[in-house]
Amino acid sequence: MSDSTAIAHGAEAGAHHEHPPYQRHHFETVNQQFDATNFAMWLFLLTEIMFFGGLFTAYLILRNWYYPAFVEGSHQLSIFWGTANTTVLIISSFTMAMSVWNAQMRRKSALLLCLVLTFILGLVFLGIKGIEWHEKWVKFHVPGLHYSDQTFLNPASDHEVYAEYHDKPLAPDMASKAQQYFFLYFAMTGMHALHMVIGICILGFMIVRAKAGAYTSGHVTFVENFGLYWHFVDIVWIFLFPLLYLISRHQ
Amino acid sequence: MSDSPEHEQHIVSPKVYVAILLALLTLTATTVAASYVEMYVFNAVVALAIAVIKASLVVLFFMHVKYSPRLTKLTVVSGLFVFLCLISMTLADYVSRAWGRW
Amino acid sequence: MSAVTIVSLPDQATARVPKVNFLTKENGLLSWLLTGDHKRIATLYLISITFFFFIGGALAGLIRLELLTPQSDLMAADTYNKVFSMHGLIMVFFFLVPSVPATIGNFLMPLMVGAKDLALPKINLLSWYLYIIAGAMMLYTMAAGGVDTGWTFTTPLSTHYLNTNVISAGLAVFVAGFSSIFTGLNFIVTIHKMRCPGMTWFRLPLFVWSNYAASILMVLGTPVLAITLVLIVLERTVGIGVFDPAKGGDPLLFQHLFWFYSHPAVYIMILPGMGVISEVVSTFSRKRVFGYTAVAFSSVAIAVFGFFVWAHHMFIMGISNYSALVFSLLTMLVAVPSAIKIFNWSFTLYKGSITFETPMLYAFGFMGLFTIGGMTGVFLGATGTDIHLTETYFIVAHFHFVMVGGMLMAFLAGIHFWWPKWTGRMYPEKISQLAAVVTFIGFNLTFFPQFILGTLGMPRRYAAYPPEFQVLNVFSSAGATILGVGYLLPILYLTWSLKYGEIAGDNPWQATGLEWQTQSPPLTENFAEIPIMDREAYDYEWLERQQQKEVASVG
Repeated sequence: MSDSTAIAHGAEAGAHHEHPPYQRHHFETVNQQFDATNFAMWLFLLTEIMFFGGLFTAYLILRNWYYPAFVEGSHQLSIFWGTANTTVLIISSFTMAMSVWNAQMRRKSALLLCLVLTFILGLVFLGIKGIEWHEKWVKFHVPGLHYSDQTFLNPASDHEVYAEYHDKPLAPDMASKAQQYFFLYFAMTGMHALHMVIGICILGFMIVRAKAGAYTSGHVTFVENFGLYWHFVDIVWIFLFPLLYLISRHQ
Repeated sequence: MSDSPEHEQHIVSPKVYVAILLALLTLTATTVAASYVEMYVFNAVVALAIAVIKASLVVLFFMHVKYSPRLTKLTVVSGLFVFLCLISMTLADYVSRAWGRW
Repeated sequence: MSAVTIVSLPDQATARVPKVNFLTKENGLLSWLLTGDHKRIATLYLISITFFFFIGGALAGLIRLELLTPQSDLMAADTYNKVFSMHGLIMVFFFLVPSVPATIGNFLMPLMVGAKDLALPKINLLSWYLYIIAGAMMLYTMAAGGVDTGWTFTTPLSTHYLNTNVISAGLAVFVAGFSSIFTGLNFIVTIHKMRCPGMTWFRLPLFVWSNYAASILMVLGTPVLAITLVLIVLERTVGIGVFDPAKGGDPLLFQHLFWFYSHPAVYIMILPGMGVISEVVSTFSRKRVFGYTAVAFSSVAIAVFGFFVWAHHMFIMGISNYSALVFSLLTMLVAVPSAIKIFNWSFTLYKGSITFETPMLYAFGFMGLFTIGGMTGVFLGATGTDIHLTETYFIVAHFHFVMVGGMLMAFLAGIHFWWPKWTGRMYPEKISQLAAVVTFIGFNLTFFPQFILGTLGMPRRYAAYPPEFQVLNVFSSAGATILGVGYLLPILYLTWSLKYGEIAGDNPWQATGLEWQTQSPPLTENFAEIPIMDREAYDYEWLERQQQKEVASVG
């Protein structure tokens, strides 16, 4: 364990210990502080895995129950926008990783640039998500609020999608289950977007702090831990993208 | 206290990050392309396999797990393990319901 | 009670509570509300959960009063539903889950591992604020007319058939969940990263091990409950229908996700209590806990098995026969580590120098009642008997034996055991021994008849029952009154002891843990200097040598 490096010292030595200003009083060394907060962040991500885990479980089960409805539901998503968004998010993950590197190297302006890029890419992602959600609204595919089975009872009515997939009409019973697909689509992308929004807010805060030079004086813990969060959100999307957009393209 | 307090931390070179970025973008292109090929049940398998590879790349390199202490690796694995328990044991119920009664 | 005692108090004529300690370091309300000190946060938690315990207890009193007579005459059936739902919600999420970890655990964890504080003091404070916000939402729920879903939020009842405050109750539990996640996360980090030099894993007190196991469950289980509650709230607000059979959703999916948390949750509740018992049994029999390693690993084993057994709550809900069989078998496995603990505590007692101070009396209560509660759990884990016994008072008695007879006894044992450390003063011994005995008698009188009622077939959750069950119900209600006295007494004499209790000194119990080697109440930074652990846990010979050394140097 890394705390074996913790050095026991008497009270008088402790009083005159030279600590960097960012070291909290209850840690023995900066390394211990870094290890502890880093580990805490990982544990938090563990809870996030389980948080999304519930949704993934629901998706898996209901998809198997209402397979045809889920297939036709996913045909309503645009692979173009989905791919674009995946690319945006992957690049933002890259710029985030570079932010951590720049902070470690104490390159302030490069760090700022990378953080701002990440911030912008995050907004772009949400913008594209907004376009997609808007399209769902227009097509009455927002279950609970603005919904109709029409597309699945009569796929030919939706010319664009029909031209590509030639979906067969579903029996009314099955067609009504397409809303389960959209429930989960909105729950999953919504939860993901909520995490993005939180992340973007923290990014904004970090940009202000980075301008003041808070992360380029050797204390990169915050940037590093936020990076973990951001990458995690990216990973969730890496799974959402094939599950929601891709795997049913051919069925 | 040394002047580089986080000396224990492994600093990953930007070259690695660029390589991972390119790999991720390539894999994204691959998975989209693969979805246009008729592979029946394997469409889902291939798409998920690629997603797992992509996620592993992000975890190992962007999130530095490859260079992290064993504890971090254990944390990641235990998270996956419990997640798989949730999915597999719930699914076990759903799957075996179709078998009917004794 | 036995005249033998191990209590060694300083000379009361000269002894003083140390002038500088965590309670007196700073003054004013703000110094408490903005504190990062784990001991102060633990104190805040102790006050808050006691408050909620008495609300939950009052509701329990109402339930027992209503059940005094076969007709539903004290309150309407609807009101009764709300009362038992609120009782369950408050007791489970606002008392049992945070009880030992957030109070005693919070207070002791850094002291036991030899650290100055928990790894993340601000997160610790945040956790208390989340608890308070959640508590306020729960009180709002109650004021606004309550909720009558039962504590389980069962769908589609909670989403379709009720017009009570499911949303605010659900959100309250959601927020409370995050409070417990943060506590658990903090413990795990502290145990991994903050141990003092020499404190290896197998020198940790067993209390730390059991809290570690519980923390793993908190961190991995609670988020599943969170997402489930989010889906419930969305179902009620915007009409998402993942659990709605009318829209093709699956209520059983809700049950799976809910019990994936809520089964481990019962281990979150009981494991820290088991840790308390390990400490108490060892101290009052002057022996190292028998089979230390086995007890330590049995905690972890309970945590791990805890994730594989959740569907035993669903045997009568229509899960497949095959998975019921598997879950039933796995459920039996949990009995193994639990039994390991009971056997090891018993062996610790064997040939020990046992004394009968109050914490030990509570610990005996725990061991007896938890064993009964655990054994009846085996009846319920077996699919055949479960179908007969579930949804009757048998199950009510079962989980009250484990939760009240087990956990609450452990909580009170812990409070009494560490009270001198916490406040620097002793509780009055005689009256507290009386309270422990009264609690034990009251408990058995309340809940044992419910086993019989259950096997006779009295269903749970009804305000009215057939007249032939009345005798046993009267017994039960009478017992509840005695139990209530048993819980009121500690509040009174513990408050009294804050001012008038005898000065405790550093180590009144002659216990070996690191927390007893510092002053009582401890300093804000716990130890004058970072301790070095150079011995095994529960090393009473070390303690003896230490005292001889002191005598020699003073003499």
